[in-house]
Amino acid sequence: MTTMTTMPEMSATDLLATDFERQSGAARASLTTLRRGAFDRFGQLGYPTTRNEQWKYTSVKPIAEAALRLADAPLTPPHQRELAEYVFSDDEHRLVFVNGRFDPALSAGAAPLPLPRGVHLESLADAPAGNAATIQSHLARHADYDDAAFVALNTAFLHDGAFIRIERGVVVEKPIHLLFITRPGDAPGVVHPRVLIIVEDDASATVIETYAGPDGSKYFTNAVAEVVVGERSSIDHYRIGREGDGAFHIGRINLHQLRSSSVTLHVATLGGALVRNEINAVIDAEGCNCDLYGVYAASGTQHVDNHLRVDHLKPRCNSRELFKGILDGHATGVFRGRIFVAQGAHKTDAKQTSRSLLLSDTARARSAPQLEIFADDVKCTHGATIGQLDEDAIFYMQARGISRDDARDMLIFAFANEALAQIRHQPIRARLEALLWERLPHGSLARGP
Amino acid sequence: MAPLLQITNLHAGIDGVEILRGVNLTVNPGEVHSIMGPNGSGKSTLARVLAGQKSYQVTQGSILYNGRDLLEMEPDERAGEGVFLAFQYPLEIPGVSTKYFIKAALNAIRKRRGLEELDAFEFLTFVKERAKLVDLDMALLDRNVNEGFSGGEKKRAEIFQMAVLEPRLAILDETDSGLDIDALKTVAEGVNMLRGPERATIIVTHYQRLLNYIVPDFVHVLMGGRIVKSGGKELALALEEKGYAWTENKADATVNVATVNV
Repeated sequence: MTTMTTMPEMSATDLLATDFERQSGAARASLTTLRRGAFDRFGQLGYPTTRNEQWKYTSVKPIAEAALRLADAPLTPPHQRELAEYVFSDDEHRLVFVNGRFDPALSAGAAPLPLPRGVHLESLADAPAGNAATIQSHLARHADYDDAAFVALNTAFLHDGAFIRIERGVVVEKPIHLLFITRPGDAPGVVHPRVLIIVEDDASATVIETYAGPDGSKYFTNAVAEVVVGERSSIDHYRIGREGDGAFHIGRINLHQLRSSSVTLHVATLGGALVRNEINAVIDAEGCNCDLYGVYAASGTQHVDNHLRVDHLKPRCNSRELFKGILDGHATGVFRGRIFVAQGAHKTDAKQTSRSLLLSDTARARSAPQLEIFADDVKCTHGATIGQLDEDAIFYMQARGISRDDARDMLIFAFANEALAQIRHQPIRARLEALLWERLPHGSLARGP
Repeated sequence: MAPLLQITNLHAGIDGVEILRGVNLTVNPGEVHSIMGPNGSGKSTLARVLAGQKSYQVTQGSILYNGRDLLEMEPDERAGEGVFLAFQYPLEIPGVSTKYFIKAALNAIRKRRGLEELDAFEFLTFVKERAKLVDLDMALLDRNVNEGFSGGEKKRAEIFQMAVLEPRLAILDETDSGLDIDALKTVAEGVNMLRGPERATIIVTHYQRLLNYIVPDFVHVLMGGRIVKSGGKELALALEEKGYAWTENKADATVNVATVNV
């Protein structure tokens, strides 16, 4: 008789603790308390289940069960030319992160643009001491993790990320691009990218976050961005998801708006197996404008969840939400949008629209608007539609000589374009249009005028 | 001369209800035919079956177009071969500009005909000239297809599309409805200008008034899913004067004649 002995397998919790301790040595001392607190909180919260109302339609079981390890630096870092796929033009300020770590060489690229005066673009891990106070007063102050397991997890592993500070009165003309690339190793890895953006008063900037990875690998990106927009300032913000087809992506954005500030955010999801975009906007002063746009195209068994919350805390602010989803195959799209209007936030004008286009009988869309209004004299509307392509319109186009496939493509594209047309930055609009076009079932049609 | 269109004993319907019950019609190149009839007689059904709308089922009979079996062809293939239907209710297509739409259509058809696609400049020049032909406001080209167009603008846009695509067989389904007299004249001028020895037109209409401006070679009365009477342009005038009821007592006799013809 032989006795077989096996090494006891480490539980997911043990793995997490091991990685946490391993990384703690490398992290900044000033972050120790924050990290420990968030780690303990995650320990209490655990991964959310579908019994949690906020996660009713999105199961993160595949993430919880994936035995993910904190991703190491890749053995072979990506080559500069691999970035070409993701950059929008050479005319952008760029920070590149590989597996969550700032990569100075890739960031500099062939010809780095000189930063204008008053613009700080740094890695969080080695931001100069001059910005310590700013970071201290904002980091983890806006993305509360108390009731958000993934934010807690990100904060627990806070180590590196991007820090952007636009000084008062500075208008940054060229876009700032934060490119987070994952290069999976043999085991499923997790990265916790962190972004802190401070736009001071009377300033403006365009910021792009891109999250990308290869197809065919299981990995997890758990991103958190905190964005503070100062008085009379504006930000044109893009979050572009180009994760690989085996990837999990949970991405939180916390927007904090000060008086008369303006935010335009576009969230484009063009990849990933399981994706959840969480956008929390806190409008904490009068006269603000907050426009949130989303477009996603999902097929196969992809699951894309857009989870929005807009808090109108002060009077005379506008918010607009327009999310458009194209769902094919067995894909699922979820939209949850909560608009909260606090007592006294009168003259609030909030409009929420979610539209899903189902291209197959097996695709699913769920939409759950939620309005909580505690103020008088407000205008709040929401509309959700789930529809299919109009067969009569297809026939009309065919009767003009356009093939059925091309007619479908044109209609699908037109559907998405309602959101894409709102993109101000032309290179981004053009690229997203092209990417979306590629993802359409046929994509053979030449683009028109 | 080989007929451009030959419809023989056509039976067709929708949702299991038979609407066309044995239509026979022959259209030669260069001819203009008008199909008249009261509401519900099957005029629009005939137009849509010719264009290939899938929700209508053909249960019996045949349609030869230019010697080919039209019923075997997809709607876009029919368009490529020169069949054009001006819709009674043109569809609105949000998010697709008229210019883009018409360019996609024109180039798809040109490709089928073995012609090169037009470049942006050639396209615009051509389109401008055709828009002038039907007095179409060029600003409409930058708007989404038919979206927010008035009834008259929609009809005019249909004829504009026809002028751009230059079909061999144009079928106008109630194009006159909703048009005031000036618009009617413009539309008719457009249609007349496109007439030619190679081309044929079928005008489906309830009223005679469009036929004052587009003079048909033949007028057919469709009732109860059959052509019950055929004649020259004077038949339209007689119908206008005496009403459709006038033809009804002659229906059986005409059907017999039609059957003999088959």
